[in-house]
Amino acid sequence: MAGLELLSDQGYRLDGRKATELRKVQARMGVFAQADGSAYMEQGNTKALAVVYGPHEVRGSRSKSLHDRAVINCQYSMATFSTAERKRRPHGDRKSSEMSLHLKQTFEAAVLTQLYPRSQIDIYVKILQSDGGNYSACVNAATLALVDAGIPMRDYVCACTAGFVEDTPLADLCHAEESGGGTTLSLALLPRSENIALVQMDARLHQDHLPALMEAAMEACKGLSKVLDSVVRQHLQEVSVQTRE
Amino acid sequence: MATIQVSEAEKVYIMHGVRDDLRVDGRGCEDYRHMEIETDVVSNTDGSAKVRLGLTDILVGIKAEIGRPRPMAPDEGYLEFFVDCSANATPEFEGRGGEELGMELSNSLYKVFNNRHSVDLRSLSICPGEHCWVLYVDVLLLQCDGNLFDAMSISIKAALFNTRIPRVHISEDEEGGKEIELSDDPYDCMRLNVENVPCIVTLSKIGHRHVVDATLQEKACSVASLLISVTHRGTVTCVRKLGGGSLDPDSIFEMTETGKRVGKILHGPLMELLQKEESLGKERMKVGFLA
Repeated sequence: MAGLELLSDQGYRLDGRKATELRKVQARMGVFAQADGSAYMEQGNTKALAVVYGPHEVRGSRSKSLHDRAVINCQYSMATFSTAERKRRPHGDRKSSEMSLHLKQTFEAAVLTQLYPRSQIDIYVKILQSDGGNYSACVNAATLALVDAGIPMRDYVCACTAGFVEDTPLADLCHAEESGGGTTLSLALLPRSENIALVQMDARLHQDHLPALMEAAMEACKGLSKVLDSVVRQHLQEVSVQTRE
Repeated sequence: MATIQVSEAEKVYIMHGVRDDLRVDGRGCEDYRHMEIETDVVSNTDGSAKVRLGLTDILVGIKAEIGRPRPMAPDEGYLEFFVDCSANATPEFEGRGGEELGMELSNSLYKVFNNRHSVDLRSLSICPGEHCWVLYVDVLLLQCDGNLFDAMSISIKAALFNTRIPRVHISEDEEGGKEIELSDDPYDCMRLNVENVPCIVTLSKIGHRHVVDATLQEKACSVASLLISVTHRGTVTCVRKLGGGSLDPDSIFEMTETGKRVGKILHGPLMELLQKEESLGKERMKVGFLA
């Protein structure tokens, strides 16, 4: 590796984590009162906000509506101050349009859209601070927001990235590791059925290593699903205590 | 702008309430809603603040970059404003829907804040005519429930208070070329003097009276609003009429007086709060969106 040593001889990464260790995850549901569902997610230094509106009537042209299921509409944007170098526009560039499309695909696989024919579900995600794994933070935040909105899903959707350095798969990459030039695999998993909602890999990797990398990413996703589950349960407990009084 | 529909009966109810100095949420005409302020919430900015005023939620991030000074003012730096009306606030803002409002808001902020009476722009100068600090003030609307201007101005003031600009050392080589070196030490930084930074007070005329900090519901009942920016001494630095209706000169005078009074009172607790928060230093629990 040029410049940075991503994995030390003792098996520690730049930020002191072990190869399979995730960053600290903190999340909260029901951040905003006006939206139908909302959630905030921190994965290490990556911070994402997700808001869900709907299901509601299809806005704009009627031709978009589907007669047998709901349309999922996603918008991904990044705060102009979220990256080290200031961004000029929060959304509308190619990268964020691509990200919006990926999110749409991910959630079409998870949400039970056939329950809401001729309607629309809006999912808006915003990165407030970016430090690698933007896609996964957005998916995890959006999952919590959908749960908060009470929209039925097959399962939680958990996403995580994994990289491959010196024959070792690394889980949950930070920005320095992502930009190190190695392989990055983003994976969104429905943990109970172990079905994959989205997988994407940039840069090349020997085919023999792929199963190990996928395995690492799936393992990380399962770890995340436990965290998300505990967040949901805690939120429900808090809300039920409030409503009892 | 994010608006809501209010029926005639509701309007009458709200207007009668305002007449008797008792608003729908129990406030008087000159009271603000509950406000929460936190600074230093986004760690990769030079200064940031999050303000929640009722249900209005605003996040401000300030980034300092080195740029060229404006030819008209070679010995001053300047501020750039950008207001991002994100779809998080309301689905109306999706795609390009929020751009118009964002432009309107950022132009008003530019008028209020980017002058030497509000911010000491000379302290942003590095090398007159060649280099200066440009402060990119990015405002993010996360939730709109009326009174965006007041909440934005408070969060901008808080973020400016929180801004730390690295110190620069200018060295000259033999040929007279200048080299700018940024200090590596994160504690070797410059702070801005925010004493004269104004706060905006928006007054909405409802019936024959005017109210401070109108919610969306109240905004729907008001014919026009007056934006007044006031410094801690009670000096008015900017007045602007907003909205479609018209106001008579007498009520503008009355509203300015109220704005001055309310604005002057607003600065004291705000500065006190910011100083108290800073004095906690590293021991402060960072809450952000997790509370």
